[in-house]
Amino acid sequence: MTAPVLVLVDHHDGVPRASGLELLTAARDLGPVEAVCIGEAGAQAAAEVGRFGAGALHVLTPGTTAPVALAAALARLVETTGAATVLMSSTFENKELAAHLALVTDAGLVVDAAGLETADGGRVVTVQQAFAATWTLRSEVLRPRAVVALKPNAVPATPVDTPFEPTVTTHDVDVSAMRERVVERTPRPTSGRPDLTEAQVVVVGGRGTEGDFSAVEELADVLGAAVGATRVATDEGWIGHEAQIGQTGVTVSPRLYVGAGVSGAVHHRGGMQASGTIVAVNADPEAPIFEIADLGVVGDLFTILPQAAAELRRLRPEG
Amino acid sequence: MKIVVCVKHVPDVQGDRGFTDDGTVDRGQGDGTLNELDENAVEAAVQLVEQHGGEVTVLTMGPADAEDAVRRGLQMGAAHAVHVQDDALEGSDAFATASVLAAAVRRIAEDGAVDLVVTGMASLDGLMSVLPSLLAARLDLPQATLAAEVTVDGGVVRVRRELDHATEVLEAPLPALVSVTDQANQPRYPNFKAIMAARKTPVTTWSLADLGLDASEVGAAGARTRVLEATPRPPREDRVLITDEGDAGVRIAQYLVENRLV
Ligand SMILES: Cc1cc2nc3c(=O)[nH]c(=O)nc-3n(C[C@H](O)[C@H](O)[C@H](O)COP(=O)(O)OP(=O)(O)OC[C@H]3O[C@@H](n4cnc5c(N)ncnc54)[C@H](O)[C@@H]3O)c2cc1C
Repeated sequence: MTAPVLVLVDHHDGVPRASGLELLTAARDLGPVEAVCIGEAGAQAAAEVGRFGAGALHVLTPGTTAPVALAAALARLVETTGAATVLMSSTFENKELAAHLALVTDAGLVVDAAGLETADGGRVVTVQQAFAATWTLRSEVLRPRAVVALKPNAVPATPVDTPFEPTVTTHDVDVSAMRERVVERTPRPTSGRPDLTEAQVVVVGGRGTEGDFSAVEELADVLGAAVGATRVATDEGWIGHEAQIGQTGVTVSPRLYVGAGVSGAVHHRGGMQASGTIVAVNADPEAPIFEIADLGVVGDLFTILPQAAAELRRLRPEG
Repeated sequence: MKIVVCVKHVPDVQGDRGFTDDGTVDRGQGDGTLNELDENAVEAAVQLVEQHGGEVTVLTMGPADAEDAVRRGLQMGAAHAVHVQDDALEGSDAFATASVLAAAVRRIAEDGAVDLVVTGMASLDGLMSVLPSLLAARLDLPQATLAAEVTVDGGVVRVRRELDHATEVLEAPLPALVSVTDQANQPRYPNFKAIMAARKTPVTTWSLADLGLDASEVGAAGARTRVLEATPRPPREDRVLITDEGDAGVRIAQYLVENRLV
């Protein structure tokens, strides 16, 4: 019998995030799937993970971000379920958890993976991008166990034909030995737009917006897109730091990336070069972003973006 | 306060970076530099000792030219530099690197307890931003990672961290490990005097044997993953560059519709 796969499903108040559903989909190729949620997750989460093929839902409480305590709880689950692979989405918090979990379970570790395969003998093979996505690596996990953090949008989420009805069990996380203390935690207000890391379409503004993101936002809303930014724009305070795309911000790999007034510096490219199609609007024909743009447009974003939005509304009046 | 900052020598991000045939980072292309994000780590440490007294030791593991990285740390205000160098280290993964750095931090602590270990948020050549967590685990230290702001007060380190879906303020008792982001500070640019002074500071070099580590625990042989192949991404085909003649917005819309992107 193939060993089960544990999938950590990130959720927001018990509603699984899209990244979690993608992971469940990817996990089905590796073995029977068991979902794990950290913090209160009830019937809605169970139904949703069942719809994507999980036969069990393990709920770890209390909800905490302490990686050591969570890793210990997950390691016990690995032990009791006999899981050979643990999947999670590649967020900053999860990567820390992945490191501690790999250490205590003596597993191979891959973070920021862009794809997942199994090789002969059940070994896990991952695909990663390196050096601002100018290189693609395939690597093999050399331990019987693997912990893999997969980037959002690596696999499309598809439900199973007949939904599963997962058994739900609750497990305690022992936070008593935790030395770190969370003094304050402020959830980020949701914008009403899709989550940047998970969005299929991202419209990004840089210094060229001069602080006026209205044209970027208008186009984003017509496209149902998330809004992103360069570090210049976030440093200037034009938009929150969480919108920063790049080496020190978030990595996105949407189907469509539209950059406006973005020069395409290497630090920025590191977070977006793996995007499906890249469209760039920039006043400078020499801007480096044109080296990687599928469609490059030399011109003024303040006239071009609104015109594109208007035309899209005309072509797709229902949207 | 005694602070150890772990830094890494990496290929310059502006340069032509690549992999060798066996899937390791090509270090033969010259133009190495201190990982830019580690400059934020050194800066945070130097600012803390400027406020609270004490001294900073910069620590690196890597081949001979990695010494440049600790030299840069000295120029920025570190008092001591340690370079762990051993042929057996080639091909080490993050787990082995964490073990080696942990052994070196313990050795440094023999001359007086270390209060804080500081790292950058990730290495820019890196496939992994997991080293800070692994190092904290190996040293059995509490961790306060991804700090956009760091303060130390009464034996407690306090950080503000911007996570994916929340902002957090976290406290940990010293000794602790902190990783800092590029939001934490603006790294100083060393002046001529600092550069000259750093030249005179000796860099301590340790081998695996000096740290009491066995070669079988590190290097490619001990690695938990292996690169099967590394391929440069093919350039994007059929790229189009147009200049706006008043209808570029319409053309973008048409392009998106034609390519089924809306
Ligand atoms: C350690 C480190 C980490 C970093 N991490 C990141 C990161 O994660 N993400 C990131 O983005 N950056 C990062 N940076 C910064 C990065 O190097 C660049 O400085 C930044 O990406 C540039 O932002 P920009 O494209 O908005 O600005 P600029 O480079 O100034 O480009 C602005 C562009 O707008 C164009 N423009 C101006 N007006 C118009 C107009 N009306 N219409 C159309 N185009 C116009 C200009 O031609 C220009 O090309 C980092 C830097 C360092 C040192």
